[in-house]
Amino acid sequence: MPGDLTRDAITITLVTGVLIWVLPLIVGTYTLTVLAIYGMLGLSLGLVWGFGGILCFGQAAFFGLGAYAYAIFAINIGESTVPMILAVLVPAVFAAFLGALMFYGRLGDVYLGVITLVVTLILFKVINSTAGPQYVIGNARLGGFNGIPGFPTLNVPGIPDAYIWGDRYFQVCAVLLGLVCMLVTALLRSSFGRIAVGIRENETRMSLMGYDVRARKTAMFAIGAAIAGLAGGLFANWAEIVTPNLFSLGQSAEIIIWCIVGGLGTRLGPVLGAAGLAYLKFLLGQQAVVDNALVTGLVLVLFVLFLPKGVVPALSALWRAGAGRRPRGRVRQRRRPPRRERLNG
Amino acid sequence: MDLYVVVLVEVLYGVASLILISAGLAIVFGMIKVINLAHGEFMMMGGYATITAVNLGVNVFVAMLVIAPVAVGLVGLVVERLVIRHLYGRLVDTMLATWGLSLFFIGLATMIFGNTTTGISTPIPGFAIGDYQVNGYNFFIIVAAALLLVAMLSVLKGTRAGLVARGTMQGPEMAAALGYSPDRIYMATFFCGSALSGLAGAILAPLVGLVPTSGGAYIAKAFITVIAGGPSLVAGLLSSASLFGVVNQAFTFATSPVIGEVALLVAAVVLLRILPQGVTGTFFKGKI
Repeated sequence: MPGDLTRDAITITLVTGVLIWVLPLIVGTYTLTVLAIYGMLGLSLGLVWGFGGILCFGQAAFFGLGAYAYAIFAINIGESTVPMILAVLVPAVFAAFLGALMFYGRLGDVYLGVITLVVTLILFKVINSTAGPQYVIGNARLGGFNGIPGFPTLNVPGIPDAYIWGDRYFQVCAVLLGLVCMLVTALLRSSFGRIAVGIRENETRMSLMGYDVRARKTAMFAIGAAIAGLAGGLFANWAEIVTPNLFSLGQSAEIIIWCIVGGLGTRLGPVLGAAGLAYLKFLLGQQAVVDNALVTGLVLVLFVLFLPKGVVPALSALWRAGAGRRPRGRVRQRRRPPRRERLNG
Repeated sequence: MDLYVVVLVEVLYGVASLILISAGLAIVFGMIKVINLAHGEFMMMGGYATITAVNLGVNVFVAMLVIAPVAVGLVGLVVERLVIRHLYGRLVDTMLATWGLSLFFIGLATMIFGNTTTGISTPIPGFAIGDYQVNGYNFFIIVAAALLLVAMLSVLKGTRAGLVARGTMQGPEMAAALGYSPDRIYMATFFCGSALSGLAGAILAPLVGLVPTSGGAYIAKAFITVIAGGPSLVAGLLSSASLFGVVNQAFTFATSPVIGEVALLVAAVVLLRILPQGVTGTFFKGKI
């Protein structure tokens, strides 16, 4: 990856700053908040799948776990700082266990897909069936299908009465998204990130070079889950209710669609894909002629068929060709091998 | 004594319904290595085809056993020609594309049939075993699943078409060199798989209230049954369906249906961790 970290950090800061200032002039901040949260969620899978080569069909599980962890601890603790930290930690620890189970078993990508999908379903079914008053964690009733409403929302750390909401909350989410972007950038520039990309490209080669592929994949999986958990905690604050639908297969499908449409192997792609498609869904929700799922499904099929690389890589290739700049090195010119081989490593 | 008979029937029914749910996916995955995540929606369409036909005055068994498979098979044919055909050999891409298709069909069904529950009554009345009332339709499902397995086995093992299909599955180039077009064989296989999905959806339709999102309830079970079954088609289907069916029903009897479902899923995770190649990747090697 060319350039250096400082320049990237400055770019991300500038872009985030400008967007926080400009976007609310066009779209309401209530909508923008959730777009930023989805952007973060998209980025979490974009990191795990696009750079780590781990196709997770259950990223929604970590999103939902983060949201539920926040809601449950917020009710029990009464303020938001510790629950927010737990919203990151709980999914990360869960993912570390699940990842260790899968990667130390050296499961192939199809089996990985099945297991993550099944785990998401288990969580969905379990949470869905906790409707009775006997299912309580501390003071928080799990509420089954109806979810958990009425937990304290985000406040200024240390001052439980100073709630952050409305425009301020959007700014918090956007800044956090910028920070996560920077974190991901730093991670990818570090040796850990480069080795992760190496594992994506050829797992056997990396393990022969002496790297512990299983531990590194597990760590990558946990980091992705932590980001998804943070997005989940923020989402719980935005929606002010958490329901089992956060764990649904539809939610997982959407995250995967964002990544595919935005572009795998880029940082910007999943964020843009998430925000763009979520906004499209929001617009589609305002009319009753065409069903939402129909359009989402069609978008996914068309992208897999005609633009499997996604929008961002296609546009940047176009940009390079248009600007008359020669692509850097052979690697960028080479046609991408079929994804199956890439993921199998 | 009566209780044991009832439990036995329930367990058999659990296994049989898993076989029905997974058969279409097993054919498509086993023969052409395509994971059809729109499988649940194919079943949903089979259900809607049956209900629509019955409401138009067609005999329920004709609707179930003829109209639904043919209708869904034709939909599968269109899907194969437009989408799947371009993605052979790219497993993950087919998964994503068919996931998109599944959302597309859910949307389409919502637009046509509305987001309401529809259903038909079971065509076979229940009867009593001792003190217990048993659903007569369960027996129909058990018989249908058994017939289906026998039919699959005899077609694959006993007919020339089955031989050609198995040959193409093992070596498409060799089959092509011998004058068979893999493209057309894949197309026919996908048609058969879709028709089986439609049949399963139709047979199970009287037992469930059908909504456009009904497919989601089937896909995960079908997916794990097929993957856990491993490379052998019929043997794998039978072994994993038996295992999961028994686990599911045992936990359902001991606790509640929800725990039964969860136990099935946990069993699948554990099984895949121990036998990543599926049951028939380790046992019953070389069977169909």
